Formats: sequence, C-alpha cells, structure tokens
Amino acid sequence: MLLIPCPWCGERDETEFHYGGQAHVPYPSEPDAIDDQAWGEYLFVRDNPRGRLAERWCHSLGCRRWFNLVRDTATHEVKDGYLIGEPAPPVR
Amino acid sequence: MHPEPLWRNPDPKPSYDVVIVGGGGHGLATAYYLAKHHGIARVAVVEKGWLGGGNMGRNTTIIRSNYLWDESAAIYEHSLKQWEGLSDELDYDLELRQCGVLNLAHSLGDVREGMRRVNANRLNGVDAEWLSAEEVKGACPIVDVSEHARYPVLGATLQRRGGTAKHDHVTWAFARAADALGVDLIQGCEVTGILVEGGRVAGVETTRGTIACERVALAAAGHTSVLAEMAGLRLPLQSHPLQALVSELLEPLFDCVVMSNAVHVYVSQAVKGELVMGAGVDSYNSYGQRGSFHVIERQLAAALELFPIFSRAHVLRTWAGIVDVTPDASPIVGKLPVEGLYANCGWGTGGFKATPGSGWVYAHTVARDEPHDLNVPFALERFYTGALIDEHGAAAVAH
Repeated sequence: MLLIPCPWCGERDETEFHYGGQAHVPYPSEPDAIDDQAWGEYLFVRDNPRGRLAERWCHSLGCRRWFNLVRDTATHEVKDGYLIGEPAPPVR
Repeated sequence: MHPEPLWRNPDPKPSYDVVIVGGGGHGLATAYYLAKHHGIARVAVVEKGWLGGGNMGRNTTIIRSNYLWDESAAIYEHSLKQWEGLSDELDYDLELRQCGVLNLAHSLGDVREGMRRVNANRLNGVDAEWLSAEEVKGACPIVDVSEHARYPVLGATLQRRGGTAKHDHVTWAFARAADALGVDLIQGCEVTGILVEGGRVAGVETTRGTIACERVALAAAGHTSVLAEMAGLRLPLQSHPLQALVSELLEPLFDCVVMSNAVHVYVSQAVKGELVMGAGVDSYNSYGQRGSFHVIERQLAAALELFPIFSRAHVLRTWAGIVDVTPDASPIVGKLPVEGLYANCGWGTGGFKATPGSGWVYAHTVARDEPHDLNVPFALERFYTGALIDEHGAAAVAH
C-alpha cells in the first residue's frame, strides 16, 4: 500500500484516496476553435511515462480535497504533495 | 540428457523484413501467422526478458468471446474459433478446457446488461445463455445464491464454449511453430530506440545492437507507451498493475469459470488444483509489476462472500502484470502515424483470450500494410472520429 502525503493532512494510507491521473491538463482555451484531433487528444490521451509523473489525488476519506504529487511509476516512490494551482515541479 | 529445445536461440541478424517487439502470446502468434499465412519469414521477435514472461505468464487464462458490440464479437469470436483448433494446428496440447464461463449478475442493472449482452451475442452467432439463480446453483453448486447473501446472485450469463487454456503451453507452442518456419526468437534483447528516417521506420536499436528493418510491429502490452514515445507518438493508453493470485492445490471443487464484474472476482480451478483468481486493476499508473495489497484483500473478501467454501483455502502467491488500458476498454490494432510502424495494444485486462485472433489480424495488417476487416474498427483513429467501441460492461474488470 502506498503512503500518500496529503498537503493538508500529512501521510495517510492509499485506501483513503482516489486517483485522478495526470495533473496539469488544461481545458482547451478555445473549445469552439479546435479540431477533432485536438479534442481527441484532450479527452483521451494522457502521459503514460515509465518514471516520474505529476498526478492528481483526492483525499476522499479525509479532507476531501484534490491535490497533486509527483510519483515514480516504476518504483512507486512518492514525492511531497503540492497544492492545485502551484506549478508542476520538474518531473524529469 | 537435456531434451531437444523447442526453438533455436539465435543472435540477432543485421536486418529483417519485420521486427516484432515483445515475445508474449500476441507477438509470437503474429510471427507465426506472418510466416504461415503471408510467407514472410525474415522476421525477428525481440523480447527484453524471456518468452511469455510478461502478461502471458501472469494472466488467469480465461477464454471467451461474449462481448457486446458487433466489432468486438467478431474479433473475439474469430479468436475463440482459432482456439478450438489450435492444439491440432500447433501439434501441442494447449489444455483448452471449454468448461463454460459464468458472469454473475448482482443487481437489476447487472441483470439488464447481462440479458442484453446474451441477446447481442446470439445475434452475432456467439453462444450465450441466461441462467436464473437456481440454474447458477446447478451449474456451479459452490456459489452462494441464497437470498441474504452479501452479493445476491440474481442470474448469470453463460458461454459454454468459454473456458481456460494452459498459458505457458500457448507461448511454447506458438514459439516452436514460428521458429520452425524460420522466425528468429531473440530473448534478452530490449528495444532502446526506434529509428525513423524521412517519416519511415528504418530499424530498432536494442541492447544487442542495431537491427535494420522495414517494419516494426509493437506487441508489448503495458510497455507500448514507452516504445511509441521512441517514435515521437503519444497513444491513448494508461498502464496499470493487474493482480492475480493462486491458492494451494485443492481437490476438484468446481469445473467452470465464474466471473463477477460488480465485485471484481473471477475464479477458476486449474487442472492441477489451484484456485486461480484475478482482481481489479490498481487505480494508479504503474510499470512496477506489483500492486497494493488492499486490492487483493478486497477481492478475497468478495470472493469469500460468493464462495463460502474458500474460507479454508490459503493464498499461495500473488503477482501483477502491467496492462495497457484504453479509454473504451477495446484494443488498438492497426497502423500508426509513422510509415512501417504498427501497434497491437490496449487489450487491457483481457488480452490472453485474443491471442490467436489478434496475431491473425495483426500479421495481416503488417504484411499488407492495411488492416484485416476484423481490425478496421480498432484503429487508433477512432479516438479522433468518436467511433468508440465501449466494452466496459463486457471487459469484466473495471478500468
């Protein structure tokens, strides 16, 4: 089980959280202007690296807040969580 | 004296017509059909570990074809038909056991979905039956169908032609057959780069040197994203751990496969006696080939409610494979936006059953540089046209 650092509550068991996938995926700034290719990318394509990934988690059974953290998908090493709105730390 | 090896173990040649990346079931089947159906034998299968050491050695060996949509029914049923003659064709006992696959319904929603799928299956020529709770008891007496069960059984779909096969034998049989047709199976050879010149594939860089080739066929399941990135592509795939486990060897308890989508239990008893069970995917992306233990705990808690008799069994081993999940729970089989580069991926949690059918259509795609009729709908383009093939209901494991 992962030990996940919620920036509000500290380290808690993974079972208290829900996973939200890749962080920092902005909604298209001009949704009416983009083509099908760009919509497909936005809807269906996310980074899937072997290595460090900035990702979203929700502390569903705790403070119920969303936050981000960087985790290594090969080793499962978790780095400190950070707040939504803060810039992504360098992941590579 | 050591028995005769089933295949040669050659060093890579400087060039091939086709390099298949991944020596699992799909890669080996593809190599076999390339040589057998299309006369292309200058083929190498490069495998970073050993043949069948990835998901081919980590699945729960379930075979069925009862998917909802026409496109899926066609490709999975084609695969099941191949399974039915495969032991003879490859001259190897694959221990295909068509003992029937039950999919339990625990809610009105499950019942409606199951009945709909049975009818859709029949319209597509796929054998399917709807069983009442009483009939489920008859088909598999150890399932708790009592009214007050934690997960009441309201009925089930049954595909009698479904069942299991011996995964290792499938790997070895395809490997031996492909090798006999001249395919080079190169183990311990990891692809570290894909060479692209002028928008065309020119070869692969590997830990055993550079191999020139005109076509590269990816068949690497959970690691497909890493390979695609070497050619500058991002695919709609997410890699997750999928866990499974076995018990100690037990006396014969039941002779069918029982799946419950709602609680993520799918269980059969191997010929030699272990209970073989699969869990749901771990929620997070991972390449680590291991998952979190609470996923196993949750799955076993549900399994004990459904099968009270399992309470005295012990977990012997658990493990995980890395599955590549697509947004619509259907695979991607076809050409990629780089000339000479092909993908066979996104089979997610259910690739084993598709092994021969997938290899068949993928070989066609690579040999002719155009998809077989059966995999036209499974092109990458569907995520941009919107023609998705949503099989979350039939996929058995929530994604």
